[in-house]
Amino acid sequence: MAKAKEETTSATIDPVAACAPEWTGILRQMILIRRFEEATEKEFRKGKIGGYLHVYSGQEAVASGIITALQEGDILFTGYRDHAHALSLGAEPRRVMAELFGKSTGLSKGKGGSMHLFDVEHGFYGGYGIVGGHLTLAAGAAYALRYKQTERIAVCYFGDGAMNIGSFHEAMNMAGLWGKAGMCPILFIIENNGYAMGTSVERHSALTDLSQRVRAYNMPTEKVDGQDVFAVRGVADRVIRQIRETGKPYCIEAVTYRFSGHGAADTQQPYRTKAEVEEHRRRDPIGILRDRLGEICGLTDDDVKKIEDWASAEVAAAVQFAEESPVPEADELWRDVVAEDGPVPEGSS
Amino acid sequence: MTEKNYREAIRDAMTEEMDRDPNVLIMGEDIGVYEGTFRITAGMLKKYGPKRVIDTPIAEAGMVGTAVGMAMLGLRPIVEMMTMNFAIVAADQILNHAAKVRYFSGGQVDLPVVIRGPQGAGVQLSAQHSQTFESFYAHFPGLKVVAPATPADAKGLLKTAIRGRDPVIFLESAALYGMKGEVPDDDSFTVPFGVSRVAREGSDATIVSYSRMLQMSLIAAERLSQEEGIECEVIDLRTLRPLDLQPAYASVTKTHRCVVVQEQWKPFGAAAEIAASITETVFDELDAPVARVTGEDVPMPYARNLEVLATPHEEHVIAAVKKVMYVSS
Repeated sequence: MAKAKEETTSATIDPVAACAPEWTGILRQMILIRRFEEATEKEFRKGKIGGYLHVYSGQEAVASGIITALQEGDILFTGYRDHAHALSLGAEPRRVMAELFGKSTGLSKGKGGSMHLFDVEHGFYGGYGIVGGHLTLAAGAAYALRYKQTERIAVCYFGDGAMNIGSFHEAMNMAGLWGKAGMCPILFIIENNGYAMGTSVERHSALTDLSQRVRAYNMPTEKVDGQDVFAVRGVADRVIRQIRETGKPYCIEAVTYRFSGHGAADTQQPYRTKAEVEEHRRRDPIGILRDRLGEICGLTDDDVKKIEDWASAEVAAAVQFAEESPVPEADELWRDVVAEDGPVPEGSS
Repeated sequence: MTEKNYREAIRDAMTEEMDRDPNVLIMGEDIGVYEGTFRITAGMLKKYGPKRVIDTPIAEAGMVGTAVGMAMLGLRPIVEMMTMNFAIVAADQILNHAAKVRYFSGGQVDLPVVIRGPQGAGVQLSAQHSQTFESFYAHFPGLKVVAPATPADAKGLLKTAIRGRDPVIFLESAALYGMKGEVPDDDSFTVPFGVSRVAREGSDATIVSYSRMLQMSLIAAERLSQEEGIECEVIDLRTLRPLDLQPAYASVTKTHRCVVVQEQWKPFGAAAEIAASITETVFDELDAPVARVTGEDVPMPYARNLEVLATPHEEHVIAAVKKVMYVSS
């Protein structure tokens, strides 16, 4: 029977561990993501970034709390709200920004854009634009990692809105099934930000306890406060170890909130009130972490100011790099449609 | 050379590649314990075990999606569709994912996925189990689309598909599974994509086709030769994407007349694309408009007499050749 955890896991803090330098690093990463997203919104309004733009502000603890617990070689799939995941895995901010600007120096040579960031070198297997479509890819990738007898695991993020489409159920069932044989080392993360675009969980899901829906696929699951990076990281450390050991899937529901609109065009947000957004902003994941590091470890306002200045400078440099980079050559249009034809070198598979 | 049927040729291609490369595996509905609806995979579970011969739930999107993920991580999955009609359930995984990931990632991953299975009219399988899909898939950049007409090509093209780096839609003709032909025994035998062949030489008219309709066209060509003294050149396209029409252009330059034969519906079909390309490229060589022989533009009916009316037959090919030659029937 899958483990049932009805309660939301909250953080238990070991003051010594909490003051390890790693936590300041996590704060730096989360502030960098926030500054980066603010810059993308600004550059979108200036017309420098085109297409769709979905920013992550408010959800930073969900990316940072999980991804900092991964090991080299682990891989990650997510949907289209993907900037934070790429950055957290180690993608260069300037190459992420250049991708959003449609420049040749972008992660995907300017051919993917905001929704299709991709950085295999850092374990990032995309950025997908069809809600729920990538869940099956991630389950198959996890199978491949075990088939090749590695200790690596796959991580797959998706939103609450992805849980009503067929691919979700097919991926969950196959992961649960393959997990029985220890052949699916995958961590699924429900980024439950309360809304499928503008449709609230209450309006889109017959059962609003989302993790309960995952248990139907013989998959253990637990709910965590997605605004508290200590809590997220605590769960991540434990379950990632378990997944690596057993080859069985696990699902974390991170309850979080998105501060910006669904996408850059979602300016009116008729589906929620300003008061609701303001209330959630009081639980800003960066504020929670900053305050706690202040209380327990003596992090000062001056320390925070230094981090913010560093992040702003990093992001400004990324924007400048993107701005100054060349657009793709015209013949790039024809590249990467298929592999170059020809004999496959022996032993390349 | 050994005489094999089309079914055995497909099985041989898979087992040879599975023996050659441990990263090749096969997955599908009832391919293992049940040994496959068409028995293509008979004996494979016993030989390779459940990690390499994976019985999946009835979940086509799940099958194809997981296969795409496996391919991105360096495996070479073969997905068997019980029939290609069911692959439509996985359209998002095939068209939005398999066909696009290489491009939108800027070429960061290979996608060696083969999606194979039977298609086309059988005997009284009615509307949901009789369709053909080559023009549907061949429309999409990022895919390769294969439709072999002979056991040798079935084997050689499937081996190329499995060894490749791109997603391949491998369309088998269910009606050809029992067809026999000489197949090379050599393990290294492959047939490259995008190389059409002249299946029959002739100087009076050109027939362009593929898969089962190619075999039907060859029978029609023999009858035209014997009954009318008309010698048709028959071109077997083998792959629809990449599409090699050079032998067709060369043939039309010689015959000045062309008939394109497909099983699927006429509107927006493969024959329309081929006819348009021939018209664009060798217009001045044509002595008659390119003719198309196609299935009737209706869902497949169940009643046998109606089914026969809905599908192309050699008489249709004979009539079309006579038409482009301005010979009265």
